[in-house]
Amino acid sequence: MKSARLILLVSLLFLTACGGGSGQPSSPTQASAYIQNKGSDTMVNLALAWAERYQAEHSDVSLSVTGGGSGTGIAALVNGTVDIANASRAMKSEEKQQAEANGITPVEFTVARDAIAVIVNPENPVRQLTLQQISDIYSGKFNNWSEVGGDDRPIVRLSRETNSGTHVYFLETVLRLGDKTNPTLFSTDTLLLPSSEGIINEVRQNPNAIGYDGLGYVPPDLMNSVIAVARDASGPYVIPSIATVNDNSYPVARDLYMYTAGEPAGAIKDYINWILSPEAQAIVADLRFVPIK
Amino acid sequence: MDKSLNWRETIITAIVKTCGYSAIVFVILIFFFLLREGAPALVEVKLSDLLAARWYPIENHFGILPLLTGSLIVTVGAMLIAIPFGIGTAVFLSEIAPRWMREILKPLVELLGGLPSVVLGFLGILVLSPFLRVFLDLPTGLTALAGALLLGGIAVPTTVSIAEDALDAVPQSYREGALALGATKWQTIWRVTLPAARSGVLTALMLGIGRTIGETMAVMMVTGNAPVLAVKLTSIFSPVRTMTATIAAEMGEVANGSTHYHVLFFIGLVLFLISLAVNITASSVVFKSKKRAERVLS
Repeated sequence: MKSARLILLVSLLFLTACGGGSGQPSSPTQASAYIQNKGSDTMVNLALAWAERYQAEHSDVSLSVTGGGSGTGIAALVNGTVDIANASRAMKSEEKQQAEANGITPVEFTVARDAIAVIVNPENPVRQLTLQQISDIYSGKFNNWSEVGGDDRPIVRLSRETNSGTHVYFLETVLRLGDKTNPTLFSTDTLLLPSSEGIINEVRQNPNAIGYDGLGYVPPDLMNSVIAVARDASGPYVIPSIATVNDNSYPVARDLYMYTAGEPAGAIKDYINWILSPEAQAIVADLRFVPIK
Repeated sequence: MDKSLNWRETIITAIVKTCGYSAIVFVILIFFFLLREGAPALVEVKLSDLLAARWYPIENHFGILPLLTGSLIVTVGAMLIAIPFGIGTAVFLSEIAPRWMREILKPLVELLGGLPSVVLGFLGILVLSPFLRVFLDLPTGLTALAGALLLGGIAVPTTVSIAEDALDAVPQSYREGALALGATKWQTIWRVTLPAARSGVLTALMLGIGRTIGETMAVMMVTGNAPVLAVKLTSIFSPVRTMTATIAAEMGEVANGSTHYHVLFFIGLVLFLISLAVNITASSVVFKSKKRAERVLS
């Protein structure tokens, strides 16, 4: 009886030990390649479109694409569970350190660009704001639309969750106006919604709301209430588009990245090279992101 | 005694025992796991910072107070809805409704309990929150109230189903005795049947509360998730962020072993302790009432 228990215990331990090893990403040198790609929700449609086209052309490669947020993708890369992490923000130094501690050297590729559109409900007459005004709205300084030339309505601030790269980028570029020493934070009553859909839905039905999201995610019925943004009160107010991102006149545009664990090799290298090719960059423009030149 | 029968007996006893003990073992294991992952938070973050009013983990603001108050206000709101509706429905089903109606209604109520909370969350986003915003003239409908209404709805079927079973188990002779003494139907229900079924009804409420405080998906979708300190009575009309929604929204992002990771487990530990406290309170009340009944009978 006792020895039977011992055998059971040992085999259980053995199983657990094996389980720990199975989380490793598939080695890129394997013959039939399986690439796991995870991260930014902003990029998930783009990554899916790329993966579909690539798999149609390369039947020996299979790709799995999932979202979850830039932070989620980077965490998965750091923990060694994906091959490529998509991120709509650059990796933070702490994340790089954590990766190094796990024996992973992340390598960065800029794969596309994206404009962040600030949107309001079509009933809201406000159509242009300066970066400073948007910052003051989100930090809680302005609480009524009349303070920025709108109706007498309370402002309801909508944001993505903190694991979203869009959230971090918006904090750094808009709330803090690109100043790293600026300690401005989102007002605590900012609604943190778990998805782009949540933001679009609330902006669509709530005339008090202001939200932001990647330009590719703004549905046609809200394209007319996209805010034109100016760098300062004197500057031109610019509507986000591929043209205004490319000539750098729209101030809230960012690079989109893919990270690999170490210098890519084999199938992963081929895939990244293909993404940077004109063929894949054409897909970028189709989805209303901005191709890299 | 027959030897093979003896053998079988031993095995069956062992299996039943294992089942019984495994529940306790699992709870203890989960508790120690939470403790192991969550306790480092107390070392890495100062207690005064943990009890601060700002939750913004990506900038190292780890104040869990807004999350705690958010969970409490939503749960209390939900229970204010679920207790009267749950007990009322259970009383109606068990004591008042004719048999045929009860046979249709009870399965329907239980079916309601099986609705996935994500589906209810969709209803909340698309129907309930726009309605609340217009009807109550709020800045946004994504509020603690929307969460409380949805959670109340989620807790009612659980409460009804178990409370009805408890009421049903009260011997018919109790009701007949009360009616024979000249009590009205209402007096019989309120003074005899309900008190007799008290422990079962209380269990039903506890399970309802458990379902409420642990519910994640529906809450995350409709409460707006703004980490505001909800201490005023009017906070029910403002967005809140609950502990469960915080864990669900942020667990996927954190790197294993980071401070944020430990704090999220610490929140899990707090949730665990809250439900433990609720359960202990409930069972002690049930236990006490039983003792008094025994005293009266002896």
